[in-house]
Amino acid sequence: MKLSDLTNRAGEWLRGSGPMSEIVISSRIRLARNISGYPFLTRISRHERQALEKRVREVVLNAQISPQTLYVDLETAPEIDRALLVERHLISKPHATAEGARGVAIGEDESVSIMVNEEDHLRLQVLRSGLQLEEAWEQINEIDDKLEAKLDFAFHPRFGYLTACPTNVGTGIRVSVMLHLPALKLTGEIEKVFRAAKEMRLAVRGLYGEGTEATGDFYQISNQTTLGKTEDEIISDFKHLVIPKIIDYEHHARRTLLNDRTVALDDKVSRSLGILRTARLMTSEEVLFLLSHLRMGINLGRVKEMDIRMVNELFLLTQPAHLQKLQGRKLEGDVRRAARADFIRQKLNGSGNS
Amino acid sequence: MTLARGRNTIEQELAAGRWAVSYDMKCDNCNKPATVHLTEIKHGKKVERHLCEQCATTSEGMPVQGHTPINELLTNFVMAHSGLQKEEGTSCEHCGITWAEFRQNGLLGCENDYQLFEKDLTPLLQRAHEGGTHHLGKVPARRGGSGVPLSKRTDVNKLRKELARAVEAEDYERAAKLRDQIRQAEES
Repeated sequence: MKLSDLTNRAGEWLRGSGPMSEIVISSRIRLARNISGYPFLTRISRHERQALEKRVREVVLNAQISPQTLYVDLETAPEIDRALLVERHLISKPHATAEGARGVAIGEDESVSIMVNEEDHLRLQVLRSGLQLEEAWEQINEIDDKLEAKLDFAFHPRFGYLTACPTNVGTGIRVSVMLHLPALKLTGEIEKVFRAAKEMRLAVRGLYGEGTEATGDFYQISNQTTLGKTEDEIISDFKHLVIPKIIDYEHHARRTLLNDRTVALDDKVSRSLGILRTARLMTSEEVLFLLSHLRMGINLGRVKEMDIRMVNELFLLTQPAHLQKLQGRKLEGDVRRAARADFIRQKLNGSGNS
Repeated sequence: MTLARGRNTIEQELAAGRWAVSYDMKCDNCNKPATVHLTEIKHGKKVERHLCEQCATTSEGMPVQGHTPINELLTNFVMAHSGLQKEEGTSCEHCGITWAEFRQNGLLGCENDYQLFEKDLTPLLQRAHEGGTHHLGKVPARRGGSGVPLSKRTDVNKLRKELARAVEAEDYERAAKLRDQIRQAEES
């Protein structure tokens, strides 16, 4: 498996299927682990860092975390490849831009990735489409066991898994659910989500995690507490308390739009589709918002002839690194915006009908 | 901003969770929505203030960002105020980090630091983890675990949660009782 195999298709998590997929885009679970005997990355020497990366790479590649595993050495990978991996949610932004020996192992359908030498020695991630938290936990727990058999993870009976940042200590688990909430945004009720999240001590973030704005009506909700609760408790709170509540709000807002503001709803969706089909210059931010409305239109049955999977793919393939990879050259400014608009017109209108 | 001096009691530690975000109040200084809520203890009296982010930044010198996750706020707060009584000099014999250096960027240097700074870390952990101080999740097989949570600690965990709630409701009598129960359970 090569990195270029990834470029022109979307990973498992963008399949657009899975439970509650009309609102829940994806479920992600991440585990932070460090290896006993090595300092954390803030205090590690260059030499130790290299030795650690080599050792973990070997273990990860032999642990059969997936039928086929791709390992990308991020110290030597070109910038565009690193940007591509961020857009696919396989590595974090800081991991892409950091320095020194580091890498990422990626499983076949991209549902598994393991970052090596990020903030912690290992960051395991499972990402799946729709609401699949228990499945994601089962998968990541198994991978964790496989790695644990070969690596001595730093652990303390009182503090649990020891992490560089004390906000991750204990289980080292971060559960994140990505939600598409266009109706709550349109009806001005999005504050409800922030309040519900706050009550449950959860963080609300944008599409690309920590430090990013919510764009295109996508919100990522994650747990903050990692110590003093079991993994099952944390996941079950999400599955049974938080997410159903927010899904309920969004369903209600969608029904309100459908019943009381049908014309306004159709106007919004049609305008978005119209711009997507005809515009000549587009920024990725504008595309996110337009696709968000289109996605809602499809989910509410207002747009019939389109497939949610294609819309999901457009979200990914119109991002800067993907667009440039697909075109096979560096694109900047208006040239990039024009290429993006061309690509979308082609996908939405069919070939030769732009 | 004043802070209760001397060793804080559990009640004070938990009650000191002074950061909260709400959307209904107006800033004391200007008319913008107040998102920063401060509870100061001055001469044993509680004083509450509500500020918008701007006024909080200018008048309190606090680095407040929009929609900062609560634990980052808590971490910042604890970073700025914990370890006041501690000599800043102690450094880890394994990685060399000092408490002051940890406070600067919020990252520890090695696995031994948790033990070394246990006392100073405890209030920070409580604030960041809803009062949680002890691991209840998975234990690696080579550390004697089987992936099964440590169930015998669950009761103490429950008590801790109740304690947090009691403090939040300012029911200090009950909180003191619960604290004693936790101590007892931990010693047995």
